[in-house]
Amino acid sequence: MLSVLALTSVVLLGIASQSTALVVNTDSEKHALVGSDVRLSCSFFSWQWTSPEVSFTWHYRPDGAKDAISIFHYGGGEAYPANKGPFQNRLEFVGNPSRRDGSILIKNLDFGDNGTFTCDAKNPPDIGGHPSTIRLLVFEKVPVQAGVITGSIIGVVLGLLILVVAIYYLMRFLVARRVFSLSMSKHGKKGKGKEGSQQKQRI
Amino acid sequence: MADEAGLAKKPKMLVILFATIVLHLTSLIILFIATCASAWRTHGDTSYDLWYDCTQINGGYKCSGNGDADWLQAVQALMVLATIFCLISFIIFLCQLFTLVKGGRFFFTAVFQILASLFVMSGAIIYTVMSPQWKNDSDTYGYAFVLAWLAFPLTLISGLIYIILRKKE
Repeated sequence: MLSVLALTSVVLLGIASQSTALVVNTDSEKHALVGSDVRLSCSFFSWQWTSPEVSFTWHYRPDGAKDAISIFHYGGGEAYPANKGPFQNRLEFVGNPSRRDGSILIKNLDFGDNGTFTCDAKNPPDIGGHPSTIRLLVFEKVPVQAGVITGSIIGVVLGLLILVVAIYYLMRFLVARRVFSLSMSKHGKKGKGKEGSQQKQRI
Repeated sequence: MADEAGLAKKPKMLVILFATIVLHLTSLIILFIATCASAWRTHGDTSYDLWYDCTQINGGYKCSGNGDADWLQAVQALMVLATIFCLISFIIFLCQLFTLVKGGRFFFTAVFQILASLFVMSGAIIYTVMSPQWKNDSDTYGYAFVLAWLAFPLTLISGLIYIILRKKE
């Protein structure tokens, strides 16, 4: 009995130690407009408590380039954006390391910022794990798709046309229902009018 | 004498009817061509607007969709609506020809035809005002643009004729 318990506990510990690999989570793709700011979020999952030595590292590989450059590092409680490179003075750390959030904010985007960003997080003693990548796509402006305005104008006008025709026929239908009372009141008025005029003539 | 006058009037009525139908159909065909042909602006071998920018290369055509400018889409919509309304007015004219009471006016035909002329006028005006932003100095206006401007007075005159026209017999 004791040996079985010991064996199962060892096996469980073994499984637990296998699963202490750190898992980094980011978006897979991010779209943004030229000139705007974009927040690249990065968080991690770890079985260990969040250590004070927790670190985040961001790398950037431009579209078409082979090598990635290091653009940001957070470690020992301090954030270190790269003071040289394409994101000089444009990078801000907006994450909360105690909450396992290592997000960065890139300001004033340009077309040259298209590329792949990699976030690597370390939570000692949990340092094994896969970095996660985000693909950044920068657009000039949100384009109006071809034909959206065209179709909507045509649809609205034709819809109004059908509505007007429907209302016209509806009014005709409703008046046809009431036409009996209308003509009767007219006859009544006409009769009174004639009598009135005859009386006046006599007078 | 009255019979002769009556007989003399009939061919005159037929001539007026025929002329009216020919005018209406002409304006309809012109509207179709102006809407569908992508030749509102030309630059050498390339024709632009309303739908495609097509270049003639080696006997074949190389076309690409033009930029989706907001005003261009509005012009597209107005031209399509003008063509549709002209077609609807022709159908209504044929209907009213057989169902209208004696002495009645072709009111609905006139309404739709005048609306069509207003749409084509708006489309042509918007295109004329906005296209210089896109135009190089060496661009010239294409035949579809000319047809669109021609369609406006034709449809307007046609609509006004329908207001005056009365059905006899």
